[in-house]
Amino acid sequence: MSNNRRIAVPSVAALVLGGIGLTLAATLDDVQDRGQVRCGVNAAQPGFSALDDEDDYRGLDTDICRAIAAAVLGDAKSVLFVPLDSVERFTAIQSGEVDVLSRTTTWTSTRDTTLGINFTGVSYYDGQAFMVASDLGVQSAKELDGAAVCTQSGTTSELNLADYFRANGMEYEPVVFGSPEQSIGGFEAGRCDVLSTDASQLYAQRMQLADPDSAVVLPEVISKEPLGPAVAQGDDQWFNIVKWSLFAMLNAEEMGITSDNVDEMRTSDDPDIARLLGEDGNHGQGMGLSADWAYQIIRQVGNYGEVFERNVGEGSEFKIARGLNALWSDGGIQYAPPVR
Amino acid sequence: MTIQSKMIEARPAPNSTIGAVAWLRTNLFSGPVNTAFTLLGLYLLYVLLTPTIQWAFINADWVGTSRDDCSREGACWVFVNARLGQFIYGLYPGSEIWRVNLTFATFAGLIAWLAIPRLPYKRWVALATLVGFPVFAYFLLYGGHFGLPVVQTHRWGGLMLTLVLAIVGMVGALPIGIMLALGRRSEMPIVKSFCVVFIEFWRGVPLITVLFMASVMLPLFMPTGISVDRLIRAFIGITLFQSAYMAEVIRGGLQAIPRGQEEAAAALGMGYWKRMGLIVLPQALKMMIPGIVNTFISLFKDTTLVMIIGLFDLLGIVQAALSDSRWLGFALEGYVFAAFVFWIFCFSMSRYSQYLERKLHTGHRR
Repeated sequence: MSNNRRIAVPSVAALVLGGIGLTLAATLDDVQDRGQVRCGVNAAQPGFSALDDEDDYRGLDTDICRAIAAAVLGDAKSVLFVPLDSVERFTAIQSGEVDVLSRTTTWTSTRDTTLGINFTGVSYYDGQAFMVASDLGVQSAKELDGAAVCTQSGTTSELNLADYFRANGMEYEPVVFGSPEQSIGGFEAGRCDVLSTDASQLYAQRMQLADPDSAVVLPEVISKEPLGPAVAQGDDQWFNIVKWSLFAMLNAEEMGITSDNVDEMRTSDDPDIARLLGEDGNHGQGMGLSADWAYQIIRQVGNYGEVFERNVGEGSEFKIARGLNALWSDGGIQYAPPVR
Repeated sequence: MTIQSKMIEARPAPNSTIGAVAWLRTNLFSGPVNTAFTLLGLYLLYVLLTPTIQWAFINADWVGTSRDDCSREGACWVFVNARLGQFIYGLYPGSEIWRVNLTFATFAGLIAWLAIPRLPYKRWVALATLVGFPVFAYFLLYGGHFGLPVVQTHRWGGLMLTLVLAIVGMVGALPIGIMLALGRRSEMPIVKSFCVVFIEFWRGVPLITVLFMASVMLPLFMPTGISVDRLIRAFIGITLFQSAYMAEVIRGGLQAIPRGQEEAAAALGMGYWKRMGLIVLPQALKMMIPGIVNTFISLFKDTTLVMIIGLFDLLGIVQAALSDSRWLGFALEGYVFAAFVFWIFCFSMSRYSQYLERKLHTGHRR
């Protein structure tokens, strides 16, 4: 009896795991059958994913989802956005409730190795930064010795702050709040000279001031917060699709292909461009996609630069500088392997 | 010495005891302490209300289409105005909104029929409300039959979702609660212990934990590829949670009925269900109205917790709208609007319950 059970348990486990493996391996088929990519996003992160007044999501993270849909289904609109809580997001991707998670998730070793998910790349290099009142005339974080700094309790921001000031031999007075709304309220009320949190959030908080021009974000970034899309482990084909959707957008920017000129570029003699746009060989085949996968992304969603500027950069309310998110050829660190 | 030979005409009460002045005098200025408190109260009202009215009405911006139309000196109701459709219907497709309107108009009609005492066929209307209407609402809101396109539940939101959750919770919790309350008073050991365990379990955990388990843990236990709709998970969680509370409210009412009532009914030869249905429950339910309505109101407000499982109820959709980069910085307006809508619904429920109590009052108020 006990012997039987000992055999039975592993074999049931194998059956279940095998079943999961089998079903996961078919994410692409599932998506194509369904006609929709289910994409887990943040419900409310200005610039990254937020509901606009036309009942649609706008933002950098949501455009990544659209790019995947364009590559897989040829239609950037075939996305089902699933708003997820910060705790719920990992369950949702593990249980297959969403096909891809694109929700301002920082790529860390723990998440990558213990949660059953794989990060496919970095769509936005974020990091902790400082915002000061513009009438202080401060140009650099190095001038902040003795400042009162508003921050949120229990976050890595609080720890990074202590490290940064100690490393630079400066003093500061922490003013700790419980939520982003409270910390921006404290900053506006003059409780502190400086507000410190992730840069992407700082720009959004700046817009909540009665007069956004009364504060500036300093150029220094003091921590690494690489944000990127993630997929469930166990389906390498789908992992590749999500990974290369982002790479295609980066390559397109590097080659100067935009959503406006992509049709002209299709006739280009440049072999790199021809390969990316599917005019020279089928580079989507290895992923189970059609030859024009990258062309569809660029035509319907745009290259990385367009997406960045539209959602968080110059074309948006936030006016975030490219900084680290510029291409490697422009002094940033965004770099994509070539399509060939 | 004069002798009054006829009755003196009744004279009107002196001016100092009637009218507004007298009322003020007896209620607000009846002594130095009361006068001081009245003046203090008036001063506080002035201090608090003036800026509120200034902000909400006088300096407020009402018309426009974008944030540039707001002067930022007072409330910017333009934001609420621009988003009103989303706040009420969530992401429900614009061309299908008539379905939501029709559903809620039907519901309001049925409730009105039940609430107005003069109208006939109450029994049939009540049956239609409890049994027919949920089916009708499902086909209309979800669609998929009779040529209506399907509207997935992830597009439901706003006030509409709040109402759907609250109504499902109320309609589901009341009968389950009655059954649990009767079960807990039963003398059959299995039924009794099941009911006790059920009630104590659900009362012992916060609703937010129930919803969280339903959204974070449940999917991990399910086979891959099979997922229960989030809204259904919320429905089940809320209904079971509320039914435990409802059961205790009803049990309180049942205990207030003297044992003699049930014994007398038994002496007349009535069986258990007749005793309960005809004698005990009608008396008990009437006494429980304040408790039941209280539970309903708290349920209505608790529906905002579904926000944590990614459903956009009224408060959730307001919060989501606050992070639209084109409308950053209007949190106060959004929250005031949400609070106002909740207040209207909760206050109406409370008034109706008071009316119902007066109407059903048959002389043994305790």
